[in-house]
Amino acid sequence: MRHHLILRVITKLLAGAIMLFAFYVQFHGDYSPGGGFQAGVILAVAFVLYGLVFGLPAVQAVLPPWVVHKMMALGVLVYAGTGVISLFTGYAFLDYTALNPAHPEHGQELGILWVEGGVGITVTGVMVAIYYAFAGRPPRISDEEW
Amino acid sequence: MDWAYLLGHLNYWLFIVMMMTGLYIVIARGNLVKKIVGLNIFQTAVFMFYISIGKVTGGTAPIFPTDMKIDPETVYTNPLPHVLILTAIVVGIATTSLGLALVVRIRESYDTIEEDDILDIETRIAREENREYGDAMGGRA
Amino acid sequence: MIETAINFALFTMLVVTAIAAARIRHLFAVVMLSGAFSLLSALLLVTLDAVDVAFTEAAVGAGISTVLMLGTLALTSRREKIPSHRPTIPLIVVLVTGAAIIYGTLDMPNFGSANSPAQTGVAAEYIERSPHEIGVPNIVTAILASYRGYDTLGETGVVFTAGVGVLMLISGLRTRRRREDEEDDDEAEEAG
Repeated sequence: MRHHLILRVITKLLAGAIMLFAFYVQFHGDYSPGGGFQAGVILAVAFVLYGLVFGLPAVQAVLPPWVVHKMMALGVLVYAGTGVISLFTGYAFLDYTALNPAHPEHGQELGILWVEGGVGITVTGVMVAIYYAFAGRPPRISDEEW
Repeated sequence: MDWAYLLGHLNYWLFIVMMMTGLYIVIARGNLVKKIVGLNIFQTAVFMFYISIGKVTGGTAPIFPTDMKIDPETVYTNPLPHVLILTAIVVGIATTSLGLALVVRIRESYDTIEEDDILDIETRIAREENREYGDAMGGRA
Repeated sequence: MIETAINFALFTMLVVTAIAAARIRHLFAVVMLSGAFSLLSALLLVTLDAVDVAFTEAAVGAGISTVLMLGTLALTSRREKIPSHRPTIPLIVVLVTGAAIIYGTLDMPNFGSANSPAQTGVAAEYIERSPHEIGVPNIVTAILASYRGYDTLGETGVVFTAGVGVLMLISGLRTRRRREDEEDDDEAEEAG
């Protein structure tokens, strides 16, 4: 894609906007459609788009594969860790009241924020890792044959 | 069979037509990538069917006003199917990519992604093994 | 009335897209049609009031899934072979299955009926209780993360497991490990 000037310029403009939108979806998910699953996919799309246009080495310089692999597990750990915190403060697993017993509603909001964050991290990691895995294989069809 | 019954059920039947198109692609076509596309179509049709069961006529999307002043007259559509299907979509893409990864591996091992060719190769290998080791295993099968 | 008209227009397009995907043998076109199918189904989900689901479907189905399928095509082949069997038996199977499922829908309540079994269960309670128990405007988020948090934890685990599976199959991590093992074996042999 080295010769597609318009694609390269537009991608540079879009990648940041897509990431910003992903974070909006992540943190505004309590008030409007959205949440960790959608935000994770959208954030991954920003990296996939960058990788499609500038090539795999360029995007892996920004987000190395080992970081992605750690993200996959980190999200699940954040999610389960939220549950373990409430377990250790004497409540049921994933009962967010434990996070702020004086104001159960605040505890719920905080718990939802952490849990959605965990989901977002895992989904981003998995989607980007899958893209890296597919793009890292030597292609069989050259660009001209499409 | 009155008119309201027909209109109330027609969309279920259209979902089923889509589901069956997906099923047809899965069982009638030999190309593995196309089978996965068929599986995706089947899956999406099931999702829509599931969501349509939760729909209430005259209802609105299950999101309260931001100031949480809820009008008791408002009818909200059932949010439970939405939750189940939302997670199912993301799990669906993860499993689809697992299937696609298997397809890539199959192509690297057999140099084809057509079911018929793979079966031919497998039969040939089995015959050769049978010819070579058949006697040791208690006669040719 | 206008909603019914929009619904049926979308339904027609969806069915046509699905049938076209079944008939076309150029795989690039099939993958693009599957992306179009996802976008159309997202539109239909909006008319069914499932905005969260429509959002997910648009992002996942039309975005990531199309890219992954194109990636697979680049690693495999572009054209499907002409099938060697006649489609008679699959057609019979599909027609019988479809007829059986349609027979099953005959007893279902009408589309959009407010007192169907699906509406009278736990869902009404969620809508009633979540404003003062959770205090989050989006009921879907409240159920997803709080009432059904276990469920979502499991789903996250499934996504993680599928990702690990893909990495084991095609990322090349396994071969590197094996090479290291062989080197270890060589060293062991040299030492022994």
